[in-house]
Amino acid sequence: MEILVAILLTVATAATPLLIAAIGELVVERSGVLNLGVEGMIIMGAVSGFIAGYVTGSPWLGLLAAIVVGALFSLLFGFMVLTLATNQVATGLSLTLLGLGLSGMIGAKFVGVPGPKLSNLYIPGLTDLPVVGRLVFGQDPVVYLSIALTFGVGWFLFRTRTGLTLRAIGDSHGSAHALGISVVGYRYLAVMFGGACSGLAGGYLSLVYTPQWTENMSAGRGWIALALVVFASWRPWRVLGGAYIFGAVWIGQLHAQAFGIPVPGQVLAAAPYAATILVLVLISRNKRLTMMNTPASLGQPFVPDR
Amino acid sequence: MVDDTRSIPHADLLEVRGLTKVFGQLKACDRIDLTIAKGEIHALLGENGAGKSTLVKMLFGSLEPAAGEIRWKGKPVRIASPGEARRLGIGMVFQHFSLFEALTAAENIALSLDRDTPIGDIAQRARQVSAAYGLPLDPGALVGDLSVGERQRIEIIRCLLQEPELIILDEPTSVLTPQEADKLFETLERLRGEGKSILYISHRLEEVKRMCDRATVLRHGKVVGHCDPRGETAASLARMMVGTEVLQVVRQAPEGGATREPVLEIRGLTRRPAGPFSVPLRGISLTVRAGEVIGVAGVAGNGQGEFFEAVSGEALQDDAGMVRIRGKDVGRTGISARRLLGAAFVPEERLGHGAVPTMTLSDNLLLSRYRTDAKAFLAAAGVVRSGVVAAASKRVVEAMDVRKSAENPEAAALSGGNLQKFIIGRELDRQPALMIVNQPTWGVDAGAAARIRQALIDLARAGSAVLVISQDLDELFEISDAIAVMHDGTMSPPLPRAEATYEKVGLLMGGAEPGHFEHAHAGAA
Repeated sequence: MEILVAILLTVATAATPLLIAAIGELVVERSGVLNLGVEGMIIMGAVSGFIAGYVTGSPWLGLLAAIVVGALFSLLFGFMVLTLATNQVATGLSLTLLGLGLSGMIGAKFVGVPGPKLSNLYIPGLTDLPVVGRLVFGQDPVVYLSIALTFGVGWFLFRTRTGLTLRAIGDSHGSAHALGISVVGYRYLAVMFGGACSGLAGGYLSLVYTPQWTENMSAGRGWIALALVVFASWRPWRVLGGAYIFGAVWIGQLHAQAFGIPVPGQVLAAAPYAATILVLVLISRNKRLTMMNTPASLGQPFVPDR
Repeated sequence: MVDDTRSIPHADLLEVRGLTKVFGQLKACDRIDLTIAKGEIHALLGENGAGKSTLVKMLFGSLEPAAGEIRWKGKPVRIASPGEARRLGIGMVFQHFSLFEALTAAENIALSLDRDTPIGDIAQRARQVSAAYGLPLDPGALVGDLSVGERQRIEIIRCLLQEPELIILDEPTSVLTPQEADKLFETLERLRGEGKSILYISHRLEEVKRMCDRATVLRHGKVVGHCDPRGETAASLARMMVGTEVLQVVRQAPEGGATREPVLEIRGLTRRPAGPFSVPLRGISLTVRAGEVIGVAGVAGNGQGEFFEAVSGEALQDDAGMVRIRGKDVGRTGISARRLLGAAFVPEERLGHGAVPTMTLSDNLLLSRYRTDAKAFLAAAGVVRSGVVAAASKRVVEAMDVRKSAENPEAAALSGGNLQKFIIGRELDRQPALMIVNQPTWGVDAGAAARIRQALIDLARAGSAVLVISQDLDELFEISDAIAVMHDGTMSPPLPRAEATYEKVGLLMGGAEPGHFEHAHAGAA
């Protein structure tokens, strides 16, 4: 039983960075912008979060630094894509490459140094309950934050006027401009929100998941987050489900490998990706609903005529 | 100081002096003067490219004038954004609707209202306005599912909810059936009765004569005249718009009737919807014979684009026998194989579909004809005979009177009308046995349109079969020997020209069954 609870606890820590990065990217894509630089923003958040946490000794200040650096780094993407109207795919890819290289350089002196770790929640009484106590009341604070974030983004997009405007811009930036909506302004804010989320996801990796800095520690999570957004048909609760399925199969296959199950390691390592895609494809079989939720102007540069 | 004495008897709501807008070398609007009085319907007339859209975009704040002055109720104003135009009391119904397909009607309306309006109230207010003006609307419907006429109603209701004093309508009837247009005119009459002013942009002269109190005519970005349209004839208005007499299209009835050889035979053509908002084709049957022009009418978005793709071979059919060209089943073969049988296709979208924008005219000609004219254009091992291609390109340019600025310019450098003349000429030059054209003169000036229409009639009379899909009813009545109507993916049997009237075709466009005409007549009488 103790082992099972320990395993289940790690599922949430595996899912949380994916969830946070994917929710951020979902908002960016709902505004009609495709930012393929998620991986680069995560790794920049990871290195700056770790350094800030190490220097100040506070994991909270580390996470804050990760958020700020992620947002600032995405601003570079925003300037290129929104102000200079460059190709979004190429710009996003270069942001990833830049982030991976730059973080390696900045963090070179911090490799292998032990950093501060964010401690898990402890509520006397509740957390001590058998089984559910630690699962429901004993996670680290960012896990709760990420679920609140999902709820908040869902509410923002589908229940507020500003969210409606954001979705409208993603559907048709030309029509939005004709109505007098500041397309570029909204998109800047969306891109920076996405950057802040990716930064936080990175900070989580280097301050909570494995409290240390190693080069390339994002390990492709940015790409998984991007795929999650698409396979979840741009809907926040599906992103949450997808992230936890991925996390569960990921942790499950690690333990399966440890137990020496006679299946090639490569097949087990591929299982989380296959399972996540399979499940999300199956729940997105309603084509009409999927196409309706797909931001129609996704990835198209916008240049207002003046 | 504002001089008010002049405007006392006829209070001018909007006054424009010397308004100018320049795009690069082109003066889209050149010192435009315009006044609109309270409670009048003012027509803005002009051909495509005359500067109408640019002018209204400046009035609505989506474009910034380079020079000139706008006065609103006698006071000079600077309209920097659509939001500011709305605050002044200027509303606009766009030609290419500024709606969001993935959102509901109520959400679309909410987006253009003040931010403090609760979304819940909007559906209620939209229902009130829609009932008051006889514009039926379901606030919860997804715009992507609605017809073009319904979408226009959303635009109008959205505009009316802002309680504007001046309403700008940009080509409102170009997407409506004649009956829907009549409904719109009733709404506009009511608005005028309430003292609202309307700036009505159109190139349909009959409706301008019928509705408008005054007209301002634009040509090449300049005002060429103000007039009272009720005192003019359609011909005199057309002369003002074009500047010269417009070539009359001549059509004699074809000879031979049903004995002529069928060239295109479509039997039970069905197609599943390609996207969430596209129309399926439902059992379309049609025969086009040598020597005749068949027109296909219909309101935009009733499956015409899907039909063109299926017949041209851009989309293949499930069953080879659904489309036959000159007796051969081609349902499973692509566009090049259909071309090799003597068919020629001109799609609706000129740039990016009918021509590659960044390639020269001769390269574009080669791209569409290197298979059909391989013997002439290609030497051994597929080497291009550029001299022969250039000569063919020149022949097309001369035959269709294509005006261009360089010897062999890029396709994108030509104006819309001239590029369309080139694309149609490129196909005509092959003397195809079957010609299928979607929207032959969309966005083309009157002179070029007349030339294109005459060329299509002449091709048919020389023994080819011609199928023309168009939303312009006047055009179809001018050139067709019979008119079929598409509605929601179905097609009516073609009405012979002698039996076709605007009313009948209009009813079919609105979805009436072909047998219902007698009823409609009885009802009207």
